[in-house]
Amino acid sequence: MGTGPLLLLATLEGTVMAAVLALAAVGLSLSFGVMRVVNVAHGEFFMLGAVLAWAVAQAVPSAPLGFVAALVICPVLVGALAYAIDAGLLRRLKHDPEATIVATIGLSYILQQGALSLFGPDARPVEAPFTLRLQLPWFGYSGYKLFVVVAAALVLLAVWWVMTRSRAGLVMRATQIDRATARAFGINVDRVYAGTFALGAGLAAVAAVLIVPIQQAHYLMGHDPLLLSFIVVIIGGLGSIRGTLIAALVIGLADGILSMLYPPTLAKIFATLAVALVLVFRPQGLFGARP
Amino acid sequence: MLRIERLSGGYGPTQVLRDVTLEVPEGEVTCVMGRNGAGKTTLMRAIMGQITRSAGQISLQGQPLQSLPAYEVPRQGIGYVPQGRRLFGAMTVAENLEIGLMTRGKGAQTRETVLALFPRLRERLDQAAGTLSGGEQQMLALARALCLDPAVLLLDEPTEGLQPSMIQLIRDTVTTLRDQGVAILLVEQRVEAVLNIADRVAFMEHGRMAEITPAQGLVPDGAIFQRYVGV
Ligand SMILES: Nc1ncnc2c1ncn2[C@@H]1O[C@H](COP(=O)(O)OP(=O)(O)OP(=O)(O)O)[C@@H](O)[C@H]1O
Ligand SMILES: [Mg+2]
Repeated sequence: MGTGPLLLLATLEGTVMAAVLALAAVGLSLSFGVMRVVNVAHGEFFMLGAVLAWAVAQAVPSAPLGFVAALVICPVLVGALAYAIDAGLLRRLKHDPEATIVATIGLSYILQQGALSLFGPDARPVEAPFTLRLQLPWFGYSGYKLFVVVAAALVLLAVWWVMTRSRAGLVMRATQIDRATARAFGINVDRVYAGTFALGAGLAAVAAVLIVPIQQAHYLMGHDPLLLSFIVVIIGGLGSIRGTLIAALVIGLADGILSMLYPPTLAKIFATLAVALVLVFRPQGLFGARP
Repeated sequence: MLRIERLSGGYGPTQVLRDVTLEVPEGEVTCVMGRNGAGKTTLMRAIMGQITRSAGQISLQGQPLQSLPAYEVPRQGIGYVPQGRRLFGAMTVAENLEIGLMTRGKGAQTRETVLALFPRLRERLDQAAGTLSGGEQQMLALARALCLDPAVLLLDEPTEGLQPSMIQLIRDTVTTLRDQGVAILLVEQRVEAVLNIADRVAFMEHGRMAEITPAQGLVPDGAIFQRYVGV
């Protein structure tokens, strides 16, 4: 393959990576922004989404139907679990930033071990809903991967619409800006928090369901998405969805392109370097407000 | 209308309010005066359910308020204009009003009534609230509270740092609301303004209600102002 086609392939792979990363990172960014808490268990919500997708796909005989069922059911299940965790655990800690970090670290182990006991240690494949291959002049490319990009873009568009145009988004933004004043205008902040936490976890689960036909489900698969989501959120700026999206695109594309042309460690070095530079020269992130 | 009885409370373990009793009748302006740190803002926040209340009762038309969660208090018809305005600065003027309207499910009609009072806001509906001038921000803070169509209005130093024409506009609005039967609790530090607008004046000192007196008969250089406000 010539350099041109190779670069095209790398860009495609990077775009798929960026799309899935953007979903997971926007989920993390929402709870970061609205609730001012760091959710260390975010990667485990991703993992749960993937493992549950396998379970749902197992229960449904036809592959396309199983996938669609997983895409609908898993985010709802993971979101409901997150809602319960916020209402039952984080609310009791009054969402104190430090206590929440410790609690979600513990939670991530519980979720991991829970998945291990329920679903076992094996990597589980989920069949893609369709096997269309796109034949380009230089190479064939998975139609499913392009579907992932489109689906992620649509979900992100929906999130953007909710945040900027809907009442729920208005209430979430008001809570983010000033929760005491939000309460003084009838906003049930506890419910907004639980809903935001659920939405963030649900987005991680959507990302995971989309990824399982490409990457198998496994109880330890939450680490990478967590780390990369953090990198993206820090680069993009705390609480800025636009920044998160742009950073996800940069990191995803860089990861895809670098790891195709050079040894994969280089991509990780790049991401780490980018975070270090942002932290040194623009600690509030590229699009975050100065505190 | 709004009744506060033997209320004590503060921030966590720090007690600020001590045994405060005050009535805010409808169709009247009740002014609260007192030195910096006397507990005026804390009293407002206690009514809104934002701080720990250790003893006493707050009731609205006989219905107890202190057992409600904080977000239910405004839904009973209490509009709050906090000290320092506390607008949602990154949101537009229209969105700030929308938050106010949502509190009690008010719609386009209330919005029109409120905007008719403050035409300057109508011209700036899509501007971020944080970029308004100080006077416009205060208008918006008042307008947002009026979007509840409140029965009780709590105003914490609404004219702080404003120029005379703006002060006049806010004062006129308050008088109009009073005449419509709204119960108004107003924290105001300037004697001249209080004498102009108040029906009754409550003086606070060290978190206690020191004295409550009808505004009639008070004079600008009266000893009572000297004593509790230091002017
Ligand atoms: N968040 C808080 N935590 C602890 N103490 C507080 C807090 N806010 C206010 N206080 C204390 O409560 C007391 C009363 O404050 P408050 O703001 O009610 O005074 P105020 O009468 O409104 O004063 P000002 O005229 O300066 O607005 C002060 O001693 C203040 O230090
Ligand atoms: Mg005050």
